[in-house]
Amino acid sequence: MHIIESGNVAAASGVQLSGAQVIAAYPITPQTPLTEKLSELVDAGELNAQYIPVESEHSAMSVCIAASSAGTRAFTATSANGLLYMNEQLHWAAGARLPIVMCVVNRGIGAPWTVWNDHQDAISQRDTGWIQLFCCDHQQIIDTVIQAFRLAETVRIPVMVCYDGYILSHTYMPFDIPEPAAVSRFLPEFAPDWALDPACPANLNTVTLPDIRPDVRGETAPGYMEIRQNLHGDMRRAIDVVADTDAAFAQTFGRGGNPFIEPYRCEDAEYVAVAMGSLSYQLRDVIDVLRQEGLAIGVAGLRLYRPFPNRAVAEALSAKKGVIVFEKAVSYGYEGPLYADIKAALYDCAHRPAVHNYILGLGGREIKTDDLFDSLRTCCGADAPEAREPAFVGLKI
Amino acid sequence: MRDDITKIRWHGRGGQGAITAAKIVANAAFSSGYGGVVMAPTFGTERRGAPVLTSLKISKHKIYDLSPITEPDVVIVLDHLLVEEVDVASGLKPGGLIIINTPRPPEAFAFAGMKVATADVTTLAGKAGLPTGIVNTGIIGAFARTADLLDMDTLAGAIESEFAGKSPEKNTAAARATYEHTLVGETDEKRQQ
Repeated sequence: MHIIESGNVAAASGVQLSGAQVIAAYPITPQTPLTEKLSELVDAGELNAQYIPVESEHSAMSVCIAASSAGTRAFTATSANGLLYMNEQLHWAAGARLPIVMCVVNRGIGAPWTVWNDHQDAISQRDTGWIQLFCCDHQQIIDTVIQAFRLAETVRIPVMVCYDGYILSHTYMPFDIPEPAAVSRFLPEFAPDWALDPACPANLNTVTLPDIRPDVRGETAPGYMEIRQNLHGDMRRAIDVVADTDAAFAQTFGRGGNPFIEPYRCEDAEYVAVAMGSLSYQLRDVIDVLRQEGLAIGVAGLRLYRPFPNRAVAEALSAKKGVIVFEKAVSYGYEGPLYADIKAALYDCAHRPAVHNYILGLGGREIKTDDLFDSLRTCCGADAPEAREPAFVGLKI
Repeated sequence: MRDDITKIRWHGRGGQGAITAAKIVANAAFSSGYGGVVMAPTFGTERRGAPVLTSLKISKHKIYDLSPITEPDVVIVLDHLLVEEVDVASGLKPGGLIIINTPRPPEAFAFAGMKVATADVTTLAGKAGLPTGIVNTGIIGAFARTADLLDMDTLAGAIESEFAGKSPEKNTAAARATYEHTLVGETDEKRQQ
């Protein structure tokens, strides 16, 4: 059944269909309508979950950690400074291997204060050990939320489902709501191998020595470093699980097929623009016009940011003449973080395209289509400049 | 850029229901086979009474560009006093349509080269039984009459769905009355000078 609703309602519908059992959240613009919708659903008896209003985002994630440790399906959502306030608990959730799902409704970070969109919030949490998926439209939001629970519970790593604040969260468009019975088949009830049980008390994640040691049963227990290496190895292996999850979803619902990179007119392209989120869709109209002008260009939307699908990136981009990375975040003092990742993924390739970097749309600065044309034309053709320092697009002074 | 998209910009005041009105038209369009429908409020720190904008794009095909409308085909103004405060015709294509809720006739508005339609939605909606100032459903009648995109019955159906269980009949009555009483001005060539 198709409905026309906001991106936040698409996310809430996905959480409802996924049968989240504990929701703990603190409102923050532009995430607020998502958690309001969830509290309404719980209040109306349309979602059999405990909704726990908390006094801060740090507490929201703490409640999710406790709920997930107790073997329940836990969800939260936040934006910007709310996400940063969770930072300590984000590391904890990943380190404790708890399959929590969280929507990050992307918003710029203060200071100075902003409520508008960019990606600095999610990108700044890149190394917390969470899987990070980005969505381009409402269909992807609802589908990705459902997939995120299955993915998280399969690899026991928490997942962030990121979508653009306002541009997606507050915009209305049609999307299909999957059949509940089909969702139940795709996403069985959460049944962890182990959960907190008052009948069987346990200490979790206490001080862990640098070295390995025998545990209470006399078996060799990992030290801190083995536990870290496990998380990293499982994150790398999660790339395949992302693909498997997407394939299973496509089989059930007929949507998907591009778990890492969503290409548009890339096959015969000499140049490819790369972006995450709604911007990669906005670029499609620009690509169409440039194609009419005779430029062999396409756009690739990156869906998975961590773990970074470096092989898929290299495969998609290495044969191109040029790659133009547009991003809504900065690694201050260096360059765009996605730009650095993409260049690194291409380093081992026999042929490496020129890679260009544009920073744009920070704090909701409008991304003008004309600016996208100019940026792309500059980077294409024989007289294109060498890849250089990232350029900020859309500055007015 | 794509020429298959009808772009409708709604001007209202915070709390006036422009978003609901645009959503009703979006639903009517989608149910009529327009698979690409995007309604994007202009985001900010809105407060009641302040001028607000909503963009509605309609196409037979999926819409990928969610950016605000800068060159609308149709402009809908829920409060004629906004015409004094906001450049409602900004970017409007030559020959474009401006629909205004006002007791005044189209000739009272000087928009060079544009088609102006007016209806006294405030009065008509009041007569239909809606509380004073509820004009967001009534003005949909003027849109049905003049925009040549969706017919009145389809739009009335979308109004009924939106207000299901909340006495939709007054809202559809307001829209149908407005449909009957919408005045359409001639595009005045002289004003193009």
